[in-house]
Amino acid sequence: MKIVIMGCGRVGAQLAGLLDAEGHAVTVLDIDSYSFRRLPPEFNGTALIGSGADEETLKKAGIEEADIFVALTQGDNRNVMAAQIAKHIFNVPRVVCRIYDPLRQELYNTLGLETFSPTTIFAQMLKGKLES
Amino acid sequence: MYIIVVGGGRVGYYLTKALLDEGHEVLVVEKSAIVCESFTDLLGSICFRGDGCEAATLAEVGTARADMFVAVTGDDEDNLVACQVAKHKFNVPRTIARIRNPKNETIFKKLGVDVTVSSTNIILEHIEEEVPTHPLTHLLTIRDKGLEIVQIKIPPESITVGKTIKELSLPPGSTLSLIIRKEHKPIIPKANTILQAEDQIIAVTTPESEETLRTTLRGT
Repeated sequence: MKIVIMGCGRVGAQLAGLLDAEGHAVTVLDIDSYSFRRLPPEFNGTALIGSGADEETLKKAGIEEADIFVALTQGDNRNVMAAQIAKHIFNVPRVVCRIYDPLRQELYNTLGLETFSPTTIFAQMLKGKLES
Repeated sequence: MYIIVVGGGRVGYYLTKALLDEGHEVLVVEKSAIVCESFTDLLGSICFRGDGCEAATLAEVGTARADMFVAVTGDDEDNLVACQVAKHKFNVPRTIARIRNPKNETIFKKLGVDVTVSSTNIILEHIEEEVPTHPLTHLLTIRDKGLEIVQIKIPPESITVGKTIKELSLPPGSTLSLIIRKEHKPIIPKANTILQAEDQIIAVTTPESEETLRTTLRGT
């Protein structure tokens, strides 16, 4: 599958490495080339400098043929905007978006984006651990 | 009207001031405490400190009863999300977003923002119009009707010089409404009005016909 990941932070880089190792065609986007140092040395995909909220960059990243788009930058709003561009402008079949703010995550979920909030997930997980 | 303004920068400040002068009820949402304080000093207690993209903040400032919601932070993404939250969570009838990247204009429209204002485009246009050879100037856009009012100058070498209005084949939806001629009073064009070099024409047109109108009038 062709997968575009926006944001090459710890999560983005690790996800890119895992998917690449499984044989998927992965393109990682980041506005800072220094972020690409996090990619594993055996990474075979493409690392591209640019903003995922920019149509031209997304086209360069091959968004038009992509099966999956994942938005994983630090900025909730940046993720939301890029994810919506991928979903509504480029009609990517599956779009996943990280939103730290639980309220915003809920809203965009009801608006039809596949979103997840690490805040909620981690808090619940911790609670579960502490109670067991 | 109750109007919420997100972003207390320069645009936010002058916009709020103008809206208050017009007698509207205005509330500014701004993240920075310092900016909020200066708003309170200058315009009274109309600034709420908070994140205008957060549903909780917007609930607190009574967004559900707002007639209009304007997002003018310096960040396109923030303006988009603020407007979407206002629109989808609080059903604000009219949302307006400022955008810096002109490319975002169509994207924002598609994603449900009612009106976008591109500061970059506005500045560009104004500077372009100062170039003496600039062929067409946008004077006004009437968005709801899809019309625009433009000014076109007839260059001396144009083949339209000496022709009557009825001899021109104007594109659909375009009407010449006024001719401003040197040392003359403005003329309301009639079918047999003859065009002269250096005539300034004020015309009503549509965005689709604008280019054809320009080439028809300036034709060489």
